[in-house]
Amino acid sequence: MAASTLSVVAHGGHHDDSGPRTTLGFWIYLMSDCLIFCVLFATFGVLMDATAGGPSGRQLFELPFVLGETALLLASSFTFGLGMLAMQAGHPGRVIAWLAATLALGAGFIGMEIHEFAKLVQEGSGPGTSAFLSSYFGLVGTHGLHVLCGLLWIAVMMHQTWRFGLDAVVRRRLACLSLFWHFLDLVWICVFTFVYLREFA
Amino acid sequence: MFGKLTLDAVPWHEPIIMGVMVAVMLGGLALLAAVTRARAWPWLWKEWITSVDHKRIGVMYIVLALVMLLRGFADALMMRAQQAFAANGAAGYLPPHHYDQIFTAHGVIMIFFVATPFILGLMNVIVPLQIGARDVAFPFVNSLSFWLSVAGAVLVMMSMFVGDFAATGWVAYPPLSELGYSPTSGVDYYIWSLQISGLGTTLTGINFIVTILRMRAPGMTLMKMPVFTWTALITNILVVAVFPVLTATLALLAADRYLGMHFFTNELGGNAMMYINLIWVWGHPEVYILILPCFGAFSEIIATFSGKPLFGYKSMVYATSSIGVLSFFVWLHHFFTMGSGANVNAFFGIMTSIISIPTGVKLFNWLFTMFRGRIRFHTATLWTIGFMVTFAIGGMTGVLLAVPGADFVLHNSLFLVAHFHNVIIGGVLYGCFAAMSFWFPKVFGFTLDEFWGKVSFWCWNIGFNLAFMPLYVLGFMGMTRRMNHYAVAAWQPWLVVALVGALVIFCGIGAIFVQLYVSIRDRDQNRDLTGDPWDGRSLEWATASPAPFYNFAHVPRITSLEQHWDDKQRGRAGVRPAAYEDIHMPRNTAAGVVISAFGTALCFALVWHIWWLAVASLAGVVATFIARSYDRDVDWWVPASEVERIENARHAALAEVA
Repeated sequence: MAASTLSVVAHGGHHDDSGPRTTLGFWIYLMSDCLIFCVLFATFGVLMDATAGGPSGRQLFELPFVLGETALLLASSFTFGLGMLAMQAGHPGRVIAWLAATLALGAGFIGMEIHEFAKLVQEGSGPGTSAFLSSYFGLVGTHGLHVLCGLLWIAVMMHQTWRFGLDAVVRRRLACLSLFWHFLDLVWICVFTFVYLREFA
Repeated sequence: MFGKLTLDAVPWHEPIIMGVMVAVMLGGLALLAAVTRARAWPWLWKEWITSVDHKRIGVMYIVLALVMLLRGFADALMMRAQQAFAANGAAGYLPPHHYDQIFTAHGVIMIFFVATPFILGLMNVIVPLQIGARDVAFPFVNSLSFWLSVAGAVLVMMSMFVGDFAATGWVAYPPLSELGYSPTSGVDYYIWSLQISGLGTTLTGINFIVTILRMRAPGMTLMKMPVFTWTALITNILVVAVFPVLTATLALLAADRYLGMHFFTNELGGNAMMYINLIWVWGHPEVYILILPCFGAFSEIIATFSGKPLFGYKSMVYATSSIGVLSFFVWLHHFFTMGSGANVNAFFGIMTSIISIPTGVKLFNWLFTMFRGRIRFHTATLWTIGFMVTFAIGGMTGVLLAVPGADFVLHNSLFLVAHFHNVIIGGVLYGCFAAMSFWFPKVFGFTLDEFWGKVSFWCWNIGFNLAFMPLYVLGFMGMTRRMNHYAVAAWQPWLVVALVGALVIFCGIGAIFVQLYVSIRDRDQNRDLTGDPWDGRSLEWATASPAPFYNFAHVPRITSLEQHWDDKQRGRAGVRPAAYEDIHMPRNTAAGVVISAFGTALCFALVWHIWWLAVASLAGVVATFIARSYDRDVDWWVPASEVERIENARHAALAEVA
């Protein structure tokens, strides 16, 4: 290759911009995850009336309880946001504290969800009762599994922030985790609207 | 302790399977012994298994594809033999349950473990070179993706010896694939092997979109991107858009089978047609995922060997993109007989016909590229011309099937089988073989043997027509697909011809392996010292063959679509730069292969309901992933002196040739 067609790339210029690259990759991953939820929502849409003589959502769901779950998850997104502000300000201690708050709120959400599921199963309205309940447990359960993974990730990031400080890698990962957490919030708002609220419309 | 797994899971009473098992075990032992004897384990581990070099990962993908091609083709030969003999009350040699597993495994293996890894391998090898990148965006994820594909292939192979495979056909329609009708481990193997390899494919899709969008050499605008990279971009967008649908669909089927849910069952409100819709929302774009990069490879090949720029580059890009968009609007043509009504069928029939327009544009572009060119009849050119003829026939029978009225008569018949083999063999496999003979020297530094390449092409081409043209006739005669035996005497002669065709294809496959052997044996006579054996046009031909692990000593600045060709015309190619610099490269990692090993154990445990093993292996997957996230030493610098040493050797070779 001739000098005229060459660009002298700055020392390592090709690999040091991995931050925005990772963020783009993570966005694309989120969109692919979003498609999984699309399939589950579509499935729920097809099967929501297929109660097969079993109970319908209106008979099963307790809206105030679900509203409590929603409040916990929305609050956790807020605390995560505060954690990101602390990251921008460069306070690792505060980041860890806000992540801990997020973790607690998220764990509360998961605890409530497990309680709700257990109650349904005990009442004899488990996932095998009807196609409607299969699609309900499938959709809400998949969201719950995502939140669970998010909780594990938050725990790991608390430790990494403590151990490595707010270096470029930790910041990048916190930014991705933040996207993930807000994404789950968004999905939950759709779940709350189309799965729970719709029943009482 | 071992869940559902007992010694009875091994099919002791099936002589064919036991024979294969003994052969595989002996072959495997011989291979392990040979590697041990050559003391090659450390080399294999350091240079290949833990490698994050996109070229090596690409090669490993293609090796996986070629190995699985042998298995998939063995299935094909067995089916052809069974149908050639099992006429007029004869039962043939394959009992129905075994035969059903064979046609299922054939489809699954050929699509997921031959065509897909071959395509992913080609993209891995070529895309970073074509855009002047040092590696892909996420090298560790790339290694992980590959090893997840291997995990899927291992599970499919294992199912033959421990338990059974799905006997449902390659898309596993419920309610047949539900627990009530498929109570054995077969469908579970199917689900988990596709889940784990599908995860790898999705990750590859994300990886390559970011690579292509973010890592092109300076100056390479989207419309200066080589056409193969364009097709790779569209393919990876399709991958990310549809593989999650497959994952979700198979997860719902798994929920039915494992948790007693009712998504697709006949009871309690389940809806089997929803599965069939969902699986084809993935399945139809999947065929474009496979064919588009082949279109790209043919475009590069035909321009190079015609000595002309590709005719209608822009129309090629737009055609590729519009095929990508249209591929989402045709899935229902796989089940016109569902009963969705005339208007819905008409819509999907018309959309299907419309897809043939951009495809036709491409075909004419290739023809016009050849027109008045100085065509060199290299093996790759032969594959390309063979493709144009074969694929055009397959495309036309496809448009015929797109007419719902005709489809009601022909669907599920051998006419359909002939059609999709016509496009998948004529398009995807021919494309892979063409690409292999075209780009082989870039990876290994020597060209493939031309004689055996041509033998392979002619065997494939003649064999293909002998094997599949009779199936069109049989389709018209009313023979449905997947028959274990039949009573119509008039079908048998055609099926015998098809068997002969399959045997000729067998010679074609044999010729490929002979070609590899002969080429490696005679590699010193066929060295490619210039890095540009075919007088190429795009960037990958500007670097050495084999390409150094950092691809380019300096990232090139791009000024035109055919950068390397223009550089050669203006005497700018192969000029030695004044100085070299340190190069930043990713470090090898074992995390990918370790995670996949745990993943294989996880899937195996899920198939056999060995819950403690499932929990333990899942913990292994998560722990390895987290451990990897604590590894801060993931890249290194190649010193400028080392780059200079490698580049000096190349320039010495160039001077020798000149």
